[in-house]
Amino acid sequence: MFPLTEENKHVARLLFSSGTCPRCIFRFCGVDLHGPYKRPSKELFNDLQKFLETEKDELILELPNPPLKKIRLQEDGMDNLSGNGEEGSSATEDEIIASEASDLRVCNVCLGILQEFCEKEFVAKVCQKVEASGFEFTSMVLSVSFPPQLSVREHAAWLLVKQEIGKQSLPLGRNDLVQLKEAYKWITHPLFSEGLGIPIDGKSLFEVSVVFAHPETVEDCHFLGEVCPDCFKPAKNKQSVFTRMAVLKALNKIKEEDFFKQFPCPPNSPKTVCTVLEIECTHGAVFVAGRYNKYSRNLPQTPWIIDGERKMESSVEELISDHLLAAFKAESFNFSSSGREDVDVRTLGNGRPFAVELLNPHRVRFTSQEVKELQQKINKSSDKIQVRDLQLVTREAIGYMKEGEEEKTKTYSALIWTSKAIQKKDIGFLNDLKDLKIDQKTPLRVLHRRPLAVRTRSIHSMETHYLDEHHFRLYLKTQAGTYIKEFVHGDFGRTKPNIGSLMNVTADILELDVESVDVDWPPALDD
Amino acid sequence: MEELGYPEAGLTGPEVAVATEPAAPSLVDRYFTRWYKADVKGKPSEDHCILQHSNRICVITLAGSHPVLQSGKTIKSISYQISTNCSRLQNKVSGKFKRGAQFLTELAPLCKIHCSDGEEYTISSCVRGRLMEVNENILHQPSLLQEKPSTEGYIAVVLPKFEESKSITEGLLTQQQYEEVIVKRNNPTATS
Repeated sequence: MFPLTEENKHVARLLFSSGTCPRCIFRFCGVDLHGPYKRPSKELFNDLQKFLETEKDELILELPNPPLKKIRLQEDGMDNLSGNGEEGSSATEDEIIASEASDLRVCNVCLGILQEFCEKEFVAKVCQKVEASGFEFTSMVLSVSFPPQLSVREHAAWLLVKQEIGKQSLPLGRNDLVQLKEAYKWITHPLFSEGLGIPIDGKSLFEVSVVFAHPETVEDCHFLGEVCPDCFKPAKNKQSVFTRMAVLKALNKIKEEDFFKQFPCPPNSPKTVCTVLEIECTHGAVFVAGRYNKYSRNLPQTPWIIDGERKMESSVEELISDHLLAAFKAESFNFSSSGREDVDVRTLGNGRPFAVELLNPHRVRFTSQEVKELQQKINKSSDKIQVRDLQLVTREAIGYMKEGEEEKTKTYSALIWTSKAIQKKDIGFLNDLKDLKIDQKTPLRVLHRRPLAVRTRSIHSMETHYLDEHHFRLYLKTQAGTYIKEFVHGDFGRTKPNIGSLMNVTADILELDVESVDVDWPPALDD
Repeated sequence: MEELGYPEAGLTGPEVAVATEPAAPSLVDRYFTRWYKADVKGKPSEDHCILQHSNRICVITLAGSHPVLQSGKTIKSISYQISTNCSRLQNKVSGKFKRGAQFLTELAPLCKIHCSDGEEYTISSCVRGRLMEVNENILHQPSLLQEKPSTEGYIAVVLPKFEESKSITEGLLTQQQYEEVIVKRNNPTATS
């Protein structure tokens, strides 16, 4: 069924004779059924021609007044609007000759996007590239980027159509126009779906991006830069100042008369079609979480590299993430954890929650068995760290972990040395101190990279184990963000009170272990 | 970050009793390098000790040979008002980059110490950089300065410019050089 009616003839003829392709003509006539767009170009062209030719026969049959009016209007219309540029062909015979060739003409509005670039052949080429990219995916989202000058041409065609509509008082408004991108997706989505055997889903993490450019008409936008200079911000990174958004903004601002003076309406026919600048596949990040134990007193959290030289071998982050990076075939990762410990501190107990964001993973599907095996692989590869509860999580889950860093309690075990000889009774009182408030100035050891401030923290409870006259073990449960080492040795008296001041001795910390990080995320898995 | 200097601990039980060996390297020994400036501003024996952390932060302290730390000296009061317009107590530092800090040159005075015998000593910065803080604990408890000059009795904390962090020690003496100075001072006629 041909979607255009009598009402649309003038607009259709106007656009057709200027070199607009059938699908764009449908768009400007408000055709919002998908069906018509999907038919092959040649068929559409022939049907359109036939549709427009009928008018001539009708002219003879119709009453004199209306047809005369129509012809006159048409001619007037053409003359008015072709003020800048080529002559409007008012003779209908010229139209036919021209239109015969226009099947091959590059559309003056879409520059070929709704001609060859939405058809099976092109889609097949893109599908080939997608399949060759090596990504694992079960759905996709198509993202298309058109050259900014398309908006200018669209605007020009719209102004033309608007005038025509005005004359006929047609009930067609700006919003009835079908957007280029929308029509493009109506046609191509089913083709991609069929070609790759997967659904198109706007929420899919796998994105196929096609970027079009049209070098021939790059300068079409430049006049906007002079008429509306404030819409165009200076270019960053040598990129063109004429971005899609900036161009749209300027088109909204510019007065119709000014636009007519600067740009041909209808737009002229280009000689070339668009070029495909790039076809890129990317997969959104996936997240893997777990808990890690650290058994080494010689392992930094993140790689320790100064001036390009690695100061310490490996890191918690690398020992865990390198395996994940490989398994998920990702490009890069971001490691984060619910707090962290110093190089010389062990993490015991249930371990510390962590999450790894894997960017642009090529492989994303893992059964829980495969994840278990991945966990075993990590654990076999190093005795410095061990992981547990390894699982895939969503982005939202990261929030729980960070909340844990700031709000949840931690428990520690510290080996303490005292300058003065002590007896069991000297440390007994520490067991009775509950919710001891301490004020900690930013420790000197981190003062070079943190603001100077005083932090009040709470030591919720302590338990002492006497070892000998100069040593005892202290178990503490503290508020998140407490500096334990400084609580023991006092950091030049900048943490008050501290173990030394409480016991009236000089105290120092020989060993520190994290016994537990009291965050109940990620969910524990039974191995 | 700094290590405690202990070998990698294996999965030992929690109740390992460490034998009473000589005390482990102190907090200062573990994290800081000691630098010295002797006879600051030409005043005999007014030696300062600068504790330089591996992260380039400097803690200004009195060297053991400073007159204030000699037996028999009592401190009457300490003041951070070094001139009519400048008090080190007014120093306010904000943000990660420590904006607003008073900038110190090597000879900038940090505080004045008044002793009961009438003597007054001025303590100088000895390093260029931003003043982070001065020790308010010694204001309320001056004896702290004498009891624990290298830790709780510190004078001030200074953050040198990143570019200057290595060069600031060029004008200072190492522990060994300082000890030689002391030896020479006590035996002026002896040749090394």
